[in-house]
Amino acid sequence: MPESSTIAPPALDIGVIRKDFPILHRTVYGYPLVYLDNAATTQKPEQVLAAMDAYYHTINSNVHRGVHYLSQQATEAYEASRQKIADFINARHSHEIIFTRGTTDAINLVAAGFAKRILNAGDSVLVSAVEHHSNIVPWQMACEETGATLKVIPVDEQGMLVLDELDRLLDGVRLVAFNYVSNSLGGINPVREIIGAAHSRGIPVLVDAAQAVQHLEVDVQDLDVEFLAFSSHKIYGPTGIGILYGKEEWLHRLPPYQGGGEMIKTVTFEKTTYNDLPYKFEAGTPDMAGAIGLAAAIDYVLNLGLGNIHSAELNLMTYALDTLRQIEGLRLIGNADARGRAGVISFLVRNIHPFDMGEVLDKQGIAVRTGHHCAQPVMDRYCIPGTVRASLAIYNNQEDIDRLAAGIRKAAKLLS
Amino acid sequence: MTIKDQQDEIIADFELFGDWMDKYEYIIQLGKELPLIEEQYKKDENLIKGCQSRVWLHADYREGRLFFTADSDAVITKGLVSLVIKVLSGHTPKDIADAEIYFVDAIGLSSHLSPTRSNGLLSMLRQMKMYAVAFQSKSLHHE
Repeated sequence: MPESSTIAPPALDIGVIRKDFPILHRTVYGYPLVYLDNAATTQKPEQVLAAMDAYYHTINSNVHRGVHYLSQQATEAYEASRQKIADFINARHSHEIIFTRGTTDAINLVAAGFAKRILNAGDSVLVSAVEHHSNIVPWQMACEETGATLKVIPVDEQGMLVLDELDRLLDGVRLVAFNYVSNSLGGINPVREIIGAAHSRGIPVLVDAAQAVQHLEVDVQDLDVEFLAFSSHKIYGPTGIGILYGKEEWLHRLPPYQGGGEMIKTVTFEKTTYNDLPYKFEAGTPDMAGAIGLAAAIDYVLNLGLGNIHSAELNLMTYALDTLRQIEGLRLIGNADARGRAGVISFLVRNIHPFDMGEVLDKQGIAVRTGHHCAQPVMDRYCIPGTVRASLAIYNNQEDIDRLAAGIRKAAKLLS
Repeated sequence: MTIKDQQDEIIADFELFGDWMDKYEYIIQLGKELPLIEEQYKKDENLIKGCQSRVWLHADYREGRLFFTADSDAVITKGLVSLVIKVLSGHTPKDIADAEIYFVDAIGLSSHLSPTRSNGLLSMLRQMKMYAVAFQSKSLHHE
């Protein structure tokens, strides 16, 4: 018998996982909550909440400055988190991990550095047509400041990047910045191909992995990427903290982003010398509890296993696409193949406005996002005002999808 | 009918609905009764900013009274716009400027007037009041 026809028992018990997330057990308007807005933010497991609670209960103290016991403990926990994150994405050194406020903050850090040190009039930055505004606007600002121009990798009907013209587009480019997975359509972009093409011309690459790290294994050395950013709150961790990974040599090349405590070696009124990596980029008191919470979230994910997460989510994505396709008048936007997607299902039903659909789903206890998903150029590409976006996480199950499908049918009846 | 009477009547109408589905069905029905904005006014400068669903609003000043026409691309928003217009249209600028709108809250749709929900109803209400204030000062000048 061919191996592919043997059915492996599911590696993860979603019912057990759901028990870890207290918020999933609440009701909304009298219905059990169906939470399908995970691309916006994921819910937090007890393990993350407990780690943060324990931090405040037992070792809260400012890091790096204190001579006292608690400060040492807090510093150790904070730096252990940095190491955990470095291991998670397989960074060569833990000082290549910079704590930021999130993906947006991380991209702004790099964009500000490029504007100061690298970009000149006549240069360009290349982004893709499926970027979140966070990976467009910082580059527009950097271009405005330097006289550089912004160029765009186009996208096809399926929401996949068109690389035919990539080599020509790379002329004069000083950095390529694009997302691993599109937040609006969910398509997994050809990361290796783009990085390879950029590197063959000696051009560095920044990957926005905000919608990737919670669904796919990401290895920065294997990708050989110069910069990679992601947010804690989309991978079951707390809000307000995120990561910028940068290759050591590149982090040395960029100037400090903000000035303040922690990022300095010596300060006189005449001259300040900056601290080493990673502290050079971490001005002010950092988000210690956030870093510890994120490390706990990564432990949680590693404990489930990203391979297991990916196969469970692929199963659910396949089920969801099949189920939604049965709904009369429902139009899926983006890649038709579940394997080409991670997490996100964007759709429209007949000519129903996404906002109306979202509202009637909400009234049934189903949380989705509606609108342009901070990706207006994507919506313009398809000439639509926006979409309804259902996005999956590891705790979602077939029942959630069935409730969504029933909710859509009920809404469509009311709204058309 | 005063602005207050009109609101009280709407509140009484909505008391008949037990189920939110019926309520929404009624709101969507009301959208069909909306005095539609003329195509010539359905342009960007009459678009209410800051909402996911688009709302266009036009004000006409006739014989001391203000009349509104509007449209929206979302049917629930359109129904709510229709209700607000039903309440405020045809009154004097002073009455509109002074009016306290309490019916949205009373019929259980307060979230639609909350700035956390970008559906444009709140911005539209502000815009109507601004028209009223503008025409109020205009009419005072003429007196």
